[in-house]
Amino acid sequence: MSVIYILITVSIVVAVVFLFAFIKAVKSGQYDDDYTPSVRMLFDDELKPNKSIKTEKQKSI
Amino acid sequence: MDTNNCFHCGNEIVKKEEVIFDEKSFCCNGCKTVYEIFSQNDLSCYYDFEYAPGATPQDIKGKYDFLDDEKIIAKLLEFQEDATAIVSLYIPHIHCSSCIWILENLQKLQNGISASQVNFPEKKVRITFNSTKTSLKDIVYLLSSIGYEPYISLDNYETGKKEIDRSLIYKAGVAFFCFGNIMLLSFPEYFEVNEFWINQYREFFRWLIFALSLPSFIYSASDYYVSAYKSIKSKILNIDIPIALGILVMFVRSTVDIVFDYGQGFFDSLTGLIFFMLLGKLFQQKTYSFLSFERDYKSYFPIAITKLNSDGTEIPVQVYDIEKGDRLLIRNQELIPVDGILISEKSSIDYSFVTGEAIPIEKKSGDKLFAGGRMIGSVIEMEVLFSVSQSYLTQLWSNDIFQKKIDQKHKTITDKVSQYFTPILLVFALIVFVFWLFIDVSTAFNVLTAVLIVACPCALALTAPFTLGNVLRIMGKQKLYLKNATVIEQLAKVDTIVFDKTGTITSNKKSNVEFEGDELSINELVILKNVIRGSNHPLSRKIYDFLPNVSKIEIQEFEEITGKGIVAKANDSKVMIGSTTLLDIPNENNTKQTKVHIKINNDYKGYFVFDNQYRKGIEELFERLNKKYELKILSGDNEGEKENLKTILPKGTELIFNQKPEQKLEYIEQLQKQGKNVMMIGDGLNDAGALAQSNVGISISENVNVFSPACDGIIDASQFSKIGYFLNYSKNAMRTIYMSFGLSLLYNIIGLSFAISGNLSPLVAAIIMPLSSITVVSFVTVMSNFYARKRY
Repeated sequence: MSVIYILITVSIVVAVVFLFAFIKAVKSGQYDDDYTPSVRMLFDDELKPNKSIKTEKQKSI
Repeated sequence: MDTNNCFHCGNEIVKKEEVIFDEKSFCCNGCKTVYEIFSQNDLSCYYDFEYAPGATPQDIKGKYDFLDDEKIIAKLLEFQEDATAIVSLYIPHIHCSSCIWILENLQKLQNGISASQVNFPEKKVRITFNSTKTSLKDIVYLLSSIGYEPYISLDNYETGKKEIDRSLIYKAGVAFFCFGNIMLLSFPEYFEVNEFWINQYREFFRWLIFALSLPSFIYSASDYYVSAYKSIKSKILNIDIPIALGILVMFVRSTVDIVFDYGQGFFDSLTGLIFFMLLGKLFQQKTYSFLSFERDYKSYFPIAITKLNSDGTEIPVQVYDIEKGDRLLIRNQELIPVDGILISEKSSIDYSFVTGEAIPIEKKSGDKLFAGGRMIGSVIEMEVLFSVSQSYLTQLWSNDIFQKKIDQKHKTITDKVSQYFTPILLVFALIVFVFWLFIDVSTAFNVLTAVLIVACPCALALTAPFTLGNVLRIMGKQKLYLKNATVIEQLAKVDTIVFDKTGTITSNKKSNVEFEGDELSINELVILKNVIRGSNHPLSRKIYDFLPNVSKIEIQEFEEITGKGIVAKANDSKVMIGSTTLLDIPNENNTKQTKVHIKINNDYKGYFVFDNQYRKGIEELFERLNKKYELKILSGDNEGEKENLKTILPKGTELIFNQKPEQKLEYIEQLQKQGKNVMMIGDGLNDAGALAQSNVGISISENVNVFSPACDGIIDASQFSKIGYFLNYSKNAMRTIYMSFGLSLLYNIIGLSFAISGNLSPLVAAIIMPLSSITVVSFVTVMSNFYARKRY
């Protein structure tokens, strides 16, 4: 048994895994909304500094 | 803040009403309240993402009382189990990143909400909440109080969860998987060097390729077989026949090739072709998920209305449960859901959306009220005559035209070309086959299959989807949203344009009265308003609504002169209101604006001017369109504006008034029988029939997110003057398609010259096919973008 059979099998299996992952992702609805997540991921960082300022203010009062 | 715009909603601030809070200026108390709510809850960074993102909250007292009803709630909820409930609400105001941010932080504003997620393209928010701690009604009130009022209509009540069809994406994914792997595996054989290594593994590679091509051949391409079979059955030659034939022949020939060891077969081209064509389909499938093109009266009607019990208590009742004889309570700005009889003394009802009449109609006790009108003024009571489905307006939807599937209405350009292409190809293949039979039988089969493979109109099939898909996107950016790509083809064929009047060529904005002249004193205002109260002339009603509220006084004399105006006496002052001839002042001869002049005690005060309400650029637009198209105005309104319209519009424009919804539909049908391709542009429910009947029905809307009747496309009102440009552009799009048809046929001819001579090697096919596809796709993309820049 030549090593080429193993290599090709591995490469096809990897490809199938990716195909499967893609189909699963589509099925879960990940591609239905392609805009909101791109905005959402920017938010978490902005919430914190604002909060800390607010709490500081309250403390100073 | 040195700007004059509201910090919350960005509207201009009227100096008198300015509210200053926290060193920021607001246009009204509503906006200030929203700001207060946000700043108290540490959410003021709402204002950091976008400049003035908010909307003024509307008064909704009593509007959502029906959300107390368990049955209605159950219909609206997406999911409910124990205490957890999920609801999806459509919120038209969602428009920027600030909106997403605030709506995804709802849990900070109300206890009981555990999560909320925005779907921006659909303008929907999905809220998960604990139904023991909070209720749907509380959530709706919360949303409304921060300016994000959800839109709940009868439509929500019926449709359950919609299944989304994602099969095309799966198919494309599988096709890409097969295509990529096969490309990789067939690479060694392209350079057929008689090497020991290749010879040893050739069998293995070929059979692996064969196996990999199966999912693509059987699953991904299945649509083409189905479509080809259907079109043969209905005896139409569409483009899918040569495609399906090409795929089939390619597969069989390749399999034979590897079984008998003739060669490596065409599996690489086969899977590539399937993948590219699916990609084209995917590209064409651009949808505007926040718009709906299939709406009927259901998305315009409320879900519930207040019913008066015999003992005087008010309960919300689902619109479908309304029965004959029920008594309903209709509040200001609410919609009348069923036909009935007015019981209260007096009311005025705005039917502009239903009949096209611009001016609200006065109804007296005992008058019949038709469903679809919007109540204006104080609360009224009415008695029900018919249930919803039997009401006058809803009957329109039982017309056949609404039952038809729009997809089958038209024949696409590709199908038309393939009508010639397919038979020519088949005959050609046969001739070549017979010719080769006399020379060499085995080559004859070779050539026959090669011809069918090469002629497979892959590039031809890609042309239209890519052009139209691109045009669809470009138009969408310019705020003309089309339902699908076939509408563009129809748009290019239009030769007659029918406009609705109210709301289409006139704008819907209410505030169009202005006073010009000396400022009126309070005493003069009192006199004027009281005098005008006595007149029923539409213009008087408008001025009456425009003037501020004043105390009532007695009128001493009153005379209304038809066609001229009013002469009256009040507070011992003589008042003259009306035209220049009545007041005996020089006429400026400006026909485009309607003016009402005022004289008090023989002292000329000035005039009220009525904006001519017509949309900007209408004269220019009609002038331009008139050269190429037949123009018609089809209005449900009375003939009051006829003379005025005649001066504005070019000669030859047909004006037809007093049209009922069914008559509009029939009129369009009549035009079509004369062989005309009609485009209808309308806005209201009264145009729904005509929009459905016409070849292209475009609905015009001041705000594309709110209701518009079923149609082929929705245009933003601000783009109205660009209709000519869009028509022209669609024509150029078709020209692009024809040009690239020529280009792809050229490739077919080159490929055929290889095929006829019996020299089509897999390598040549593998080069020609992608090459032709890529050139065609880039050609149409460049051309459609080039034409988009061309103005008129």
